[in-house]
Amino acid sequence: MTGSTIDPSKAALNYHVSEVEASGHGHEAHPDHRVFGVIVFLVAEAMIFLGLFVAYLTFRAVAPTWPPEGTPERELLLPGINTIILIASSFVIHKAEPAIKQGDVKAVQKWFVLTALMGAIFLAGQIVEYFNLEFGLKTNLYASTFYVLTGFHGLHVCFGLILILAVLWRSRQAGHYSQTSHFGIEAAEVYWHFVDVVWIVLFLLLYIL
Amino acid sequence: MTTQTPTQSTPARSHPEPHQETTWRTYFSFSTDHKVIGIQYLVTTFVFYLIGGALATAVRTELATPEVDFVSREVYNGLFTVHATVMIFLWIVPAGTGAFGNYLLPLMLGARDMAFPKLNAVAFWMIPPAGVLLMLSFIWGAPAAGWTSYPPLSIVTNPVGEMIWILSLLILGTSSILGAVNFLTTILKMRMPGLGLNQMPLFCWAMLAASALILLSTPVLAGALILLSFDIVAGTAFFNPTGGGDPVVYQHMFWFYSHPAVYIMILPVFGMISEILPVHSRKPIFGYKAIAYSSLAISFLGLVVWAHHMFTSGTPPWLRMFFMIATMVIAVPTGIKVFSWLATIWGGKLELNSAMLFALGFVSMFVIGGISGVMVAAVPFDIHVHDTYFIVAHIHYVLFGGSVFGLYAGIYHWFPKMTGRMMNEFWGRVHFVLTFIGFNITFMPMHKLGLEGMNRRIAEYDPKYAALNLVCTVGTYILAVSTFPFIFNAIWSWWKGPKAGDNPWRALTLEWQTSSPPPVENFVGEPVLVTEPYAYGLNGSTPGISLEPEATPSPAT
Repeated sequence: MTGSTIDPSKAALNYHVSEVEASGHGHEAHPDHRVFGVIVFLVAEAMIFLGLFVAYLTFRAVAPTWPPEGTPERELLLPGINTIILIASSFVIHKAEPAIKQGDVKAVQKWFVLTALMGAIFLAGQIVEYFNLEFGLKTNLYASTFYVLTGFHGLHVCFGLILILAVLWRSRQAGHYSQTSHFGIEAAEVYWHFVDVVWIVLFLLLYIL
Repeated sequence: MTTQTPTQSTPARSHPEPHQETTWRTYFSFSTDHKVIGIQYLVTTFVFYLIGGALATAVRTELATPEVDFVSREVYNGLFTVHATVMIFLWIVPAGTGAFGNYLLPLMLGARDMAFPKLNAVAFWMIPPAGVLLMLSFIWGAPAAGWTSYPPLSIVTNPVGEMIWILSLLILGTSSILGAVNFLTTILKMRMPGLGLNQMPLFCWAMLAASALILLSTPVLAGALILLSFDIVAGTAFFNPTGGGDPVVYQHMFWFYSHPAVYIMILPVFGMISEILPVHSRKPIFGYKAIAYSSLAISFLGLVVWAHHMFTSGTPPWLRMFFMIATMVIAVPTGIKVFSWLATIWGGKLELNSAMLFALGFVSMFVIGGISGVMVAAVPFDIHVHDTYFIVAHIHYVLFGGSVFGLYAGIYHWFPKMTGRMMNEFWGRVHFVLTFIGFNITFMPMHKLGLEGMNRRIAEYDPKYAALNLVCTVGTYILAVSTFPFIFNAIWSWWKGPKAGDNPWRALTLEWQTSSPPPVENFVGEPVLVTEPYAYGLNGSTPGISLEPEATPSPAT
């Protein structure tokens, strides 16, 4: 109490803003930290995958032979094409960034549609591969880790796809994304790059090594 | 410590939109105000603390006699499993980070709110459903594999209860991660102008370290739980040796989270103690940078010691050596903190009120838990006491004598700020004395029980342990009773307590320089720093900021 510099009458509610409404239009009150937040969140996402990868490597290190005896050979052609498509899609979505910095929403839409198509092809390829594999979820430890890891990654691709489609949906409204305010576009892009990088590691672990 | 200079004040921004006043209804709504969310966390988690305490009382009642006479063995397994899960995931973790982190960080940093207010509310509202879900598991048979849920036991017992436990933990873990994203962004990006990292109150440093741990370790537990749920539901064999899997992999993934979890539970409390001791000793904190950086050191070391929980799980000797030494090294940054706290109160003008009593109780009890921690870090000793009551005693000295005492200290200290009213001192002291005595009667004998070889997690035991077990049970009842003075005191004081004024403790950190409770966006006008946060007793310094945009304050050095 002593020395407090607040005038009690001023502490009364003369200074208010509805945060519910304010946050609905982005954060006028302070600089936009949402991209930073997404990156911090992706650190946590990366740790889930890292945990699963290390678990996989441990199973592999402990097992006498890997993949275990009797695991059918894996076809490399389809997953290889899939990998190229996914990596290429990262470059495609990256083209959206200079476009929005020019304020060219049309170009952003073009690159996002293309990325979404490539992502959808990747998922379709994954499903085709699942149906053609000669082992199931419970065949052996390798098969289980294969399905869980690729499935978990596939879920993330789905989520990235939803993000991209959501951005496309919102971009129909003129002025929703501008040169200076385009968090959704950046977030979708960062997320897509993340999903891509995870796949590269996954592909090396499950197919190549 | 560095000296802060006054920063240039800027005119208050205009906010055209009107806002509803905070009423009791606000606390049941999807509010985005960090102070409302902080109190929501605190009250919700305290309710779960009472539930967890009731479960503990049931466990101890069963253990009052060597025979199985109060509940069946199966129910007993469920009781201690849910007790631990509730206390860790629904009380200490969300109370330390969620409640105090949310309430204090923006105030201490001079921010209007957290970086992502909506995300903050989402993170909170994941907790009640997850907690209720866990309680509902008793209907179908509670999870009974211990809070560690080691396979293969967890794969073969109570699959429904086990799946509910996994689902509940995944929700709580997600909530915790979203909270950490918010804390990290707020601390790194939302500090007021002129408030560098090295000028932050120490609680903010502690939250920085704890949030980093949450972010890095919680996801790995999520990964383990996902694999475990496949084993339970789909019949895969990740952790099932009969199908070629490896249960030890689960243990590694589990402890990669659950050891850092100990620091997630204690670091925010360390931060709170670093705030409380200087205020009630009227002395500057001793070793600001030492305390701040030791939090980061604990955070880093906490990530690389997990396998000390697995000395008896077939861990090869060379690996045990590494984990033993790394674990003992953690005693160094922790010891730095304890010595700094002691040096802070040394020669101070101590006010032994409830907050200070609990803070001092924290320091003394935590030291006991820390010393038994160094003991169990030693491989030969750990092999002897593994899975005995010595471990139970150790964990409770750290988490109850440490975290819970610290949380109580925090509640007594910041209650006037949160509610605008003082708590009753007399009943606060009654609460402290009962808690302190009950706690020690309950857990001190467990050291001896463990050294004599009494196993944990069993409902039935050798009659030679009966006498000490009865003592423990009596202590538990004292502990149970000790919560009543607190509950009535808190409710009564919130309702009718004497008005606290803005700064009843004459503290210097930013949260005390605004009204009690603070207005919706925390500060009227822009806060201005004029002093470092711990400049107590220097030139009769007065509270350290001015909220008057036109005022020209002088540095208090």
